[in-house]
Amino acid sequence: MFQIVQKKRLNDSMTQMRVQAPYVAKKAQAGQFIILRVNEYGERIPLTIADYDREAGTVDIIFQKVGKTTLLLDTLEEGDSILDFIGPLGKASELEGYHYAAVIGGGAGCAIAYPQAKALHALGAKVDMIAGFRSKDIIILEDEMKAASDQLYLMTDDGSNGHKGFVTDALKQNIEAGAKYDLVVAIGPLPMMKAVCNLTKEYGIKTIISMNSIMIDGTGMCGGCRVTVGGETKFACVDGPDFDGHLVDFDEVMKRAKTYAELERESTREFNCRLMQQAEQ
Amino acid sequence: MPNMTMTKTPMPEQKPDVRNHNFEEVALGYTEEMAVGEAQRCLNCKNKPCVTGCPVMVPIPEFIAHVAKREFEEAYQVLTKATSLPAVCGRVCPQETQCESKCVRGIKGEPVGIGRLERFVADWHMANSKEAPKKPQQNGHKVAVIGAGPASLTCAGDLANMGYEVTVYEALHTAGGVLMYGIPQFRLPKEIVQKEIDGLRAKGVTILTDMVIGKVLTLDELFADGFEAIFIGSGAGLPNFMHIPGEGLVGTYSANEFLTRVNLMKAYRPEYDTPILRPKNAAIVGGGNVAMDAARTAKRLGAEHVYIVYRRSEAEMPARAEEIHHAKEEGIEFRLLTNPVAIHGDESGKVCSIECVEMELGEPDASGRRRPIEKQGSNFELPVDCAIIAIGNSPNPLIPANTSGLEVNRRGCIVADEETMATSLPGVYAAGDAVSGAATVILAMGGGKKAAKSIDEYIKSKNA
Repeated sequence: MFQIVQKKRLNDSMTQMRVQAPYVAKKAQAGQFIILRVNEYGERIPLTIADYDREAGTVDIIFQKVGKTTLLLDTLEEGDSILDFIGPLGKASELEGYHYAAVIGGGAGCAIAYPQAKALHALGAKVDMIAGFRSKDIIILEDEMKAASDQLYLMTDDGSNGHKGFVTDALKQNIEAGAKYDLVVAIGPLPMMKAVCNLTKEYGIKTIISMNSIMIDGTGMCGGCRVTVGGETKFACVDGPDFDGHLVDFDEVMKRAKTYAELERESTREFNCRLMQQAEQ
Repeated sequence: MPNMTMTKTPMPEQKPDVRNHNFEEVALGYTEEMAVGEAQRCLNCKNKPCVTGCPVMVPIPEFIAHVAKREFEEAYQVLTKATSLPAVCGRVCPQETQCESKCVRGIKGEPVGIGRLERFVADWHMANSKEAPKKPQQNGHKVAVIGAGPASLTCAGDLANMGYEVTVYEALHTAGGVLMYGIPQFRLPKEIVQKEIDGLRAKGVTILTDMVIGKVLTLDELFADGFEAIFIGSGAGLPNFMHIPGEGLVGTYSANEFLTRVNLMKAYRPEYDTPILRPKNAAIVGGGNVAMDAARTAKRLGAEHVYIVYRRSEAEMPARAEEIHHAKEEGIEFRLLTNPVAIHGDESGKVCSIECVEMELGEPDASGRRRPIEKQGSNFELPVDCAIIAIGNSPNPLIPANTSGLEVNRRGCIVADEETMATSLPGVYAAGDAVSGAATVILAMGGGKKAAKSIDEYIKSKNA
């Protein structure tokens, strides 16, 4: 059992949890993830390690409520426990040797992107962070991202914060204004990562993405998370989650991501109904 | 007077048309009367050839003699001196190539149903015994065991019996390895595996789940924690794919993923959260036990047509004859001498067919099996919405990749001495599929047993 020592609502749909998991905290590195199972009937879901404290033995996760399991996880409070919390899994990000990087986060992806910015900064690179949200009401981690980067470009799809546009607009603008990026890190929804890769390919800038495949075990024993990278089959849980974005077959990944869409909707609907019934009683 | 009937006492089982719609155990087990009757077929030979056929050397005539006298608990006590998992072995061992293949009664008729009797005794004990297992006297030495599959559980059980303080580290959230995630409920009920694991815990074995060794702790850190020896029983859980077009389509599974979702995550039960695609028509590629398990599972999830697609003929199939027989009874359709060349999908990326070619058998190859050769131009498509790849597994590279000096061969198997199970690292032993590549539960247990003996000798000589 892994106790939740702190819980913070970042906005209506996103929550940060600090979990007591000393073994994971001791070994965690930027870019790695954990797999958790909320309770006995639960499924195993992957979440990126957003931060860790080796001394205190805690690991931070940030999740967006997108379906049954994340809704269920969000019902847990400080002092409650998560049944299984396994990690650190995957390979650590390789961020050494770069001079000037653009780190791009989309929505909940910012929670994973900002530690990358922090790590690059610590390795001596200049870092521009570009963060995209649908509207200003759901912006998260603004102070953290500002602290982790030399320049923060905060974009909203609807322009409600004064900077209308997609992350790719800001990236393109910077490149054309002369920013000599030797690395772009993009983390967020698949269409956003694909759009960033299409853009950076034109300019020949190396781009790392963090793959968010469907996973079960997260240790390389099932291949559920497989991705075609440069024509080869890779397992995102052990070979990744970071990959060269220019080699990833995004179209295949995007189709695979929808495998259980219908079953997921059904499961979420049932869960919400049950919550409503409980509320009425 | 022994029972001289030439055939084994039949074991009741669920009817094929009933059982292929449920996940309940197919074979129902002997009653006390049936068990006593079958036990009386044993001649209690002096030279006990059956025992030489058992990788963990269960004293077979001795336990069977107790059954014949209705001393079921005594039979259990004899059994568990040799095996920690009798309820498992009795169910999933290929007895026809092991103990029962050596039985004298098998010369002129059917051998004694040793597996069935082992299963009966273990089940009887679970249902009737109230005796708490005795905790062996501790000897003050610590051993770490990596993985909680059959090799590891056997090794841990034997070491605990010798008085060692054993800690098992398991990567998944449940101990049992392939017994929990691979072999389906209808062949091996998970409740039974759990009871045998609980029995090990009662003996004093500590089992830590959610611990991915290689990631969370290294072997060096385990030694630093005071373990004097380490056993690696991490299995062969890395699924092989065919590298044909279409393996990335929605509806293509490795057998490991398909079976893990159903068995470990219980995706077939509505109260569990893990989803599974329920195929209408499924093709399972391969001819081993895993392929049979996947096919019979697909049928139970409601598939109308389930095809086994295998490139050789039935004679070359590595699956147990009994499993092939059960699969056929349940309506699984066999497409033999057939090899997939591509999986095709619709515009949304879902599997819609599997393209195969017919094969014919040529000259025997290096393995002694006749080599399948493609018949040019014989391509045809089987309409399916699910393709399950069950062409074998390799050892997971996680531990060797994170352990310097641990020698592996070119197939990724840990190199270990055949008799002592010692690896290239002092104090580190390995057995089971991690060493042999994918094999059987009982061979893994045999290896785990040998390793426990070696570990005991190693620690004793070190402290002498």
